[in-house]
Amino acid sequence: MKREIPIIIVGVTGVVMFFQYFIPTGWSEFIFTYGQDWVMVIGILSLPLGIWSLVKANVLKLKDPKERFYSAVLLAGFLAMVLTGLKRESFEAGSVFMKLFNTILIPIQATVFSLLAFFIASAAYRAFRARSVLATVLLITAFLVMLRFIPLGPISTANLGAVAWILSVPNMAAKRAIMMGIGLGAAATAIKIILGIERTYMGRD
Amino acid sequence: MKNRHGFSGAIGIPAVFFGLLFFGSALWAQVPQSSAAADSTGPPAPQPPANVRIADKPNDAGHGLIIRWDLSPDDGSGLNNVSVYEISRSASPDGPFISRGIIARGNKEYVDSDNLAPTQERPNPNYMPAGSTWYYKLTAVTEDGIRSAETAVVSGTTVENLFHFGKLPVLVGAILFTIMLMYLIIHAKRGKKLYVRPLAGINAVDDAIGRATEMGKPILYILGLGTAGDIATIAGFTILSRVAKRTAEYQTRVLVPVNDPVVLAVAQETVRTAYLEVGRPDQYNPDNIYYVTSMQFPYVAAVNGIMLRERPATNFYMGVFHAEALILAETGNIAGSIQISGTDQIAQLPFFVAATDYTLIGEELYAASAYLSQEPVQLGTLKAQDYTKAIVMLFVILGAIAITAGWPFLRNLVTINL
Repeated sequence: MKREIPIIIVGVTGVVMFFQYFIPTGWSEFIFTYGQDWVMVIGILSLPLGIWSLVKANVLKLKDPKERFYSAVLLAGFLAMVLTGLKRESFEAGSVFMKLFNTILIPIQATVFSLLAFFIASAAYRAFRARSVLATVLLITAFLVMLRFIPLGPISTANLGAVAWILSVPNMAAKRAIMMGIGLGAAATAIKIILGIERTYMGRD
Repeated sequence: MKNRHGFSGAIGIPAVFFGLLFFGSALWAQVPQSSAAADSTGPPAPQPPANVRIADKPNDAGHGLIIRWDLSPDDGSGLNNVSVYEISRSASPDGPFISRGIIARGNKEYVDSDNLAPTQERPNPNYMPAGSTWYYKLTAVTEDGIRSAETAVVSGTTVENLFHFGKLPVLVGAILFTIMLMYLIIHAKRGKKLYVRPLAGINAVDDAIGRATEMGKPILYILGLGTAGDIATIAGFTILSRVAKRTAEYQTRVLVPVNDPVVLAVAQETVRTAYLEVGRPDQYNPDNIYYVTSMQFPYVAAVNGIMLRERPATNFYMGVFHAEALILAETGNIAGSIQISGTDQIAQLPFFVAATDYTLIGEELYAASAYLSQEPVQLGTLKAQDYTKAIVMLFVILGAIAITAGWPFLRNLVTINL
């Protein structure tokens, strides 16, 4: 029963939500909204599980000299944000919580994101090395497209037609083929889940 | 001294002055009057639209009406001075009417809808509940703001529809796909051998685990930023199960930092079950599967730190990835790990192809459970996908021919009107 009950719940919910998509009545809208609310409620209820896991993992790492510093910083940051964010006023502009958020967390996030620019360059270097005919075609195509999108005035606009064709014909054709495969794969997986063939979402086959 | 009219000089002068002033004002008052007369003879008002009809907005929960009309005789012909049509609505035939919208000349239809139910905090007088009756009238307006006469008041009632006919192609397609899927599953269950082409990314899983074992280093398994409800994440669990079984057999550590508490629970259960199935429950360590953060870039920073400190032999990226895909994969590359990736995010696929050793593209990731289990039931679903793809390709070719030849029937057949 421990195995069958979740499968039945998922199967019935899957069938109901499938038909709900085609029924535009008020109660159908209610079922959809109610279901979405449940997903949010489950997400919120699971948050203590995440917090427990985070604290436990990092407290254990305090014993490891290699990891100790990072875990201590994490736990200190965690405590600082929890303690400063306990009051309702904590989320108002100028509060300590918002100052910590805006002056530490946001710049750190922006820094990590900006690493992407350097990583794109290093990945592009490897991908565009002309080692084979196909890699050479990729290199030339990428060069043309990049030339179009960098601000070089008349040089950028010279190959406007060629780049538009690359993006809207061969590029779009490949994208649509992948999207079609993804769509069918998603539909097949959804049917497998509803029928109880796919059960890995329960953590077991 | 009095004059013969009996007015004294002191009174007479002001009287003349005020008389002149009155006469002058009367003359001055003629100026706007004559201007108004010029307006009435200037640009004339257009004729109103005719034959106004109201119909229920189809395929909705009864929150809309469609107003249709015949164009004003001065729209595109006649005086040709209609600029817009203004649609006014009231809950009563006697008004008051409020403007619900303006639509450019040449249009013969306006959809009036509002499905935002009012609440105590957010009142909405424009809300159109199912079964409510509304009264409309239209006016044609010129560019100068000259309005035509109003049309007669026409009413309509909203109706709650039981089926969305615009989505009929989706329903038919889904039913046909399910029938084909069921047929092939039954066929496969009867013992018919189904061939599926090998996938390099799946075949490399065992080799990558073997490499980690030989090097005595852990395996890092990243489930991405998706939720447990995302199909890519579910596929990620399937591959995680396989990886966990092998790592249990080879006694290799598998680290799974996650960004969602529900994903954490499922991942822990997946790995625990895998260890149980291969008879190594004592090897299972729940602390190797842990929650990091729900935020995108702090998660990236944490995982990059793990990569550079632990130097895992193999990195798996299976699930939903966004901008973090390349940052993770390039850091893994710097750490010298073998990397296998799989995602259904089209924008991230080129990054994974460039930065990792093997990539499962979209549906290949979903197909992982069939490849790994080799169960007939699972393989049957793969075959159903392949046959459906062949049918879609046929439709694409026929559709291209039909559109080129000017026959829109095939396009109309598959068009979804949301």
